[in-house]
Amino acid sequence: MGVLLAACALAAVVFLLLIALYLILAGLPAIRKAGLGEFLLGTVWDSTNAEAPRFGILPMLLTSLWGAAGAVVLGVPVGFFTAVYLAKAAPRPLARVLRPAVSLLAGIPSVVYGLVGMCALVPALRAALDLPAGDSLLAAVIVLAVMILPSVIDLTTTALEAVPREYEEGSLALGATEAETWLRVSAPAARSGIAAAVVLGVGRALGEAMAILMVAGNVPNMPGLLRSVRFLTTGIAIEMNYASPGSLQRQALFSIGLVLFVFILLVNLLLNRTLKGRKGA
Amino acid sequence: MAKGRRRRAWNLLAAALPRLGALVTVGLLAFVAGYVLWRGLPGLSWALLTQEESVLHGQVGIAPCILNTVYVIAVSLAAALPLGVGAAVYLTEYAPRRRLAAAVEFAAETLSGLPSILYAMVGSILFCTVLGLQKSLLAGSLTLAIMTLPTVIRATQESLKTVPRSYREGALGLGAGKWRTVRTVVLPSSVRGIAAGCILAAGRVVGESAVLLYTAGLSTAMQDFSSLSGLVKASGSTLTVALYVYAKERSDFTTAFAVATVLLFLTVLLNLTAGAVGRRR
Repeated sequence: MGVLLAACALAAVVFLLLIALYLILAGLPAIRKAGLGEFLLGTVWDSTNAEAPRFGILPMLLTSLWGAAGAVVLGVPVGFFTAVYLAKAAPRPLARVLRPAVSLLAGIPSVVYGLVGMCALVPALRAALDLPAGDSLLAAVIVLAVMILPSVIDLTTTALEAVPREYEEGSLALGATEAETWLRVSAPAARSGIAAAVVLGVGRALGEAMAILMVAGNVPNMPGLLRSVRFLTTGIAIEMNYASPGSLQRQALFSIGLVLFVFILLVNLLLNRTLKGRKGA
Repeated sequence: MAKGRRRRAWNLLAAALPRLGALVTVGLLAFVAGYVLWRGLPGLSWALLTQEESVLHGQVGIAPCILNTVYVIAVSLAAALPLGVGAAVYLTEYAPRRRLAAAVEFAAETLSGLPSILYAMVGSILFCTVLGLQKSLLAGSLTLAIMTLPTVIRATQESLKTVPRSYREGALGLGAGKWRTVRTVVLPSSVRGIAAGCILAAGRVVGESAVLLYTAGLSTAMQDFSSLSGLVKASGSTLTVALYVYAKERSDFTTAFAVATVLLFLTVLLNLTAGAVGRRR
């Protein structure tokens, strides 16, 4: 029986290796054909051009980075303060109601966020900023910020709750107010957990596809806050159902997937480091 | 006393910000849920839920999509549950070699952080092309099984860890072997936690769209589930994919929001059940 169970456990390893293998095998040919420099730093993505298709993913690469950074800048402060409220400030009964509300926010499917973004946010941005179209990096950043909020809140709350009560009691006994204690004692003591929350948020934002596919406009422009943009994920999503199997276009999509895979692995590595750092401290 | 005034101002701000953060978070949830209900409830009807779409009779219906969703949940859980529980049992009860356990845990962690669009790409090669399943609900379900595997492993592990050592020692002392102990004592007492994990996994499956969009097909017509070959060949959209198709490709927002409302109710239901099952231990 032990052998069978070990096989089950190994399945996870095998699946990960299969995914890595397929992405590398399917992703490398197009990169080799276009040249790594041209692929990563080329600013033109014109995959359907029959005579001279161009496969430069720099616009998507930068858009993904800007999108994740923007989501973190908007989402993390809100998430952090919400977590302080949930872990420290809120009356017990209220916290008990708010916790499930946060996990509900996490459970709402990304297409629903996309739909609300598409029908409420995009027209509002167009009207407020007097744009020809509201589909933009800004719209995507706002949607992403909302979507990373629950995981930021969750990890930060857990980290804040793990701070030893003695720290806080000591601070209060020395005459600090409650608010000073939360922000100057509890938060610094929970910093590695909060760092992990930020890194997780970055990972989530880099990986999201469907919601931003519906609000970002999907033109492979260089990123600009009010421009229609295409992310690494949406770059794959928008052409996947149209690229014919075996074509260079489809191979190039797998190359984007490979780049995204490498990015996510780096983020995971960073996440492990920050979480391990907390265990060591 | 400029310093005292500054401290008081800082304190006012520091006490207000967590409340403000929580207010923003709750406001966002209220807005998203309220907006979906406001636009979706008018389009929701018994007929919509129980009928099949028919251009001929000018009727819309999402019954096929609901069935497809049930199919995908059932098949992906049926595949992920034995593998995940087996892996978790191995990791917590057997795991003689630390290195193997570490590798499995690393793989599960990495798998849980991968963006769904990467699963979509690999699933479309592995299941649709290499294993010859074409675009089908089966291919989509199997891809989702890999994606939810880490969730099942994690939940089962947590649950197994709460079973007291004395239970195991009692069983072993009565002469039961390792596997008998696990099967008759450890697993039955952690059934609740495993069930909660399954509901969590089902939630991920319900919310997932990118994977299914590229592995399971887009059809909103009724599939033939009456025979085995029908079950294997069936290809169509789940609720999330249908939402995307209605909103983005058919610009039928009444139906899209009605589907979003159904998804919202489903999410609330799954969250409540997971909470209820997980709490009573």
